[in-house]
Amino acid sequence: MSQPTPHLKVANDGQVTVVELTPKKILDEMSIMQIGQQLYALAAGSASPRMALDFTNVAHMSSSALGVLITLHKRVREKGGRMVLCNIQPAIYEIFAITRLNEIFSIQANRQEAILALQ
Amino acid sequence: MEGICHKRMVIASDLEAARQVENTILDEVERYGYSDASAFSIRLAIEEGLNNAIKHGNGYDPNKTVQVAFAVTPQQVVISITDEGPGFDPARVPDPTCDENLEKPCGRGIMLMRAYMDEIHYNPCGNQVRMVKKNS
Repeated sequence: MSQPTPHLKVANDGQVTVVELTPKKILDEMSIMQIGQQLYALAAGSASPRMALDFTNVAHMSSSALGVLITLHKRVREKGGRMVLCNIQPAIYEIFAITRLNEIFSIQANRQEAILALQ
Repeated sequence: MEGICHKRMVIASDLEAARQVENTILDEVERYGYSDASAFSIRLAIEEGLNNAIKHGNGYDPNKTVQVAFAVTPQQVVISITDEGPGFDPARVPDPTCDENLEKPCGRGIMLMRAYMDEIHYNPCGNQVRMVKKNS
């Protein structure tokens, strides 16, 4: 059952929470703060979160959004959980590579592989 | 002058106003037929530059403004962003790609601006950044 929120589309696949980021641009601070709060709440709501973040729709992203992902990653790990990113467009992947965050985050090609990696 | 769009804008320390500036510049970039990759880079650099000016430079102070000047030609885009803050020394900003900084949630904006633009210069005071992107 899919559950829409302003910036996220959340679904469960077994024990994995699949989160589709719906905005095309994750740039402005207000939206990024809201996305962060929603993601942190999802992580907090699970004893050992397994989260797949689907970037299919995301065509633009700023450094502030990277900050949210880093904080989320930290919180998920603190709870003994895991987080995987997937469906990242090449231009967005370049941002992860330039900042070396591709070495910190687990990144899979698509949603199926992300879910598999989390099982 | 034909073939050049040159504008100067003064905006409040407000992220919505920043968005309008960003869209104005990107409209010109599109009009001049820049590639999608160049437009992506320019949008990212403007976003980071204006965020820095409003957040770190002016500290969201509604009494302070941000000046944006830009010139778009078929060859290049030049953007200058000036805030009313005390400035800073960009050389003292830690490298976010060092192992010890990799998991810090902030400090990547300037690095991305450098990575995506062809030139980026700060004035001696550090409250103005000038960026150039060539049309490739």
